[in-house]
Amino acid sequence: MKATVTVMLKTGVLDPQGKAIGHALGTLGFTGVGEVRAGKVIELELAETDPAKARAQAEEMARKLLANSVIESFRVSVDG
Amino acid sequence: MKAGIVVFPGINRERDMAIALELASGAKPRMVWHQETDLSGLDLVVLPGGFSHGDYLRCGAMAAQSPVMGAVRAFAAQGGYVLAVCNGFQILTEAGILPGALLRNASLRFLSMDCHLRVERADTVFASGYRRGDIFRALMAHGDGNYFADTHTLDRLEGEGLVAFRYAMPNGEITPEANRNGSQRNIAGIYSPNLRVLGLMPHPEDLVDPLMGGIDGKPLFDGLAAAFTPLRAA
Repeated sequence: MKATVTVMLKTGVLDPQGKAIGHALGTLGFTGVGEVRAGKVIELELAETDPAKARAQAEEMARKLLANSVIESFRVSVDG
Repeated sequence: MKAGIVVFPGINRERDMAIALELASGAKPRMVWHQETDLSGLDLVVLPGGFSHGDYLRCGAMAAQSPVMGAVRAFAAQGGYVLAVCNGFQILTEAGILPGALLRNASLRFLSMDCHLRVERADTVFASGYRRGDIFRALMAHGDGNYFADTHTLDRLEGEGLVAFRYAMPNGEITPEANRNGSQRNIAGIYSPNLRVLGLMPHPEDLVDPLMGGIDGKPLFDGLAAAFTPLRAA
């Protein structure tokens, strides 16, 4: 079962990387781009076959290591 | 002074730290591998700078899960003294031993340059070699030194006097210009509530001998040595 953990900086935490990307997009001529936020995607191959348990496992991993709750939030999606 | 320096894979400043500690105390520090868990007999545990585990995921995230960190947590909880510099500071925040987090520098640049630090209080073992309000030069060398904590935590740190050092201009002014990495409230280093754990981003160990271009960092190590080796303090 595959779990995907998306980690983003929390709202209110300065994201200089997102700002730099936004700036570069403007330089390339893309107009109408508002705020840009950059994050991480972590894909996990899990032995667990029950979607609910796989999600719980991935969430526990995110809380303990994959995300730092001081500055980041995460969401988990699971697909078989 | 019996000091132990924790060595994580990817750490590269442990020998500079050993030089500074030995110069001040006359005693060779013990190198403690990250898989060890015995810190008995140590007066001071030091987490040095470097790039533990390649800074993968987040700076210090993997090191914070090392076997030795359980021992460091217990050591600190029992009132042990811990000095954490640069990556060491990142590791302590990742482990939750000190509050907040170190974000990417606001400029997105790796900053390798001098900075000036203002001593916010001198009544601690770490700062006893300085006076309150002293400005000293230190070197910074980091990509992720932008101290962040929520407003409540920042207010608590300031209210309880736990800000150790702030980025300052050479004349002591606290300005945005002095704050190259974008840290909240110019914070360069913080203490634990019992003032026995210090984490800071700049490297006091880089200026402990005239041959290094200055001795601005030496009072920190002299203060530590004096606290743990009273006979040498005379």
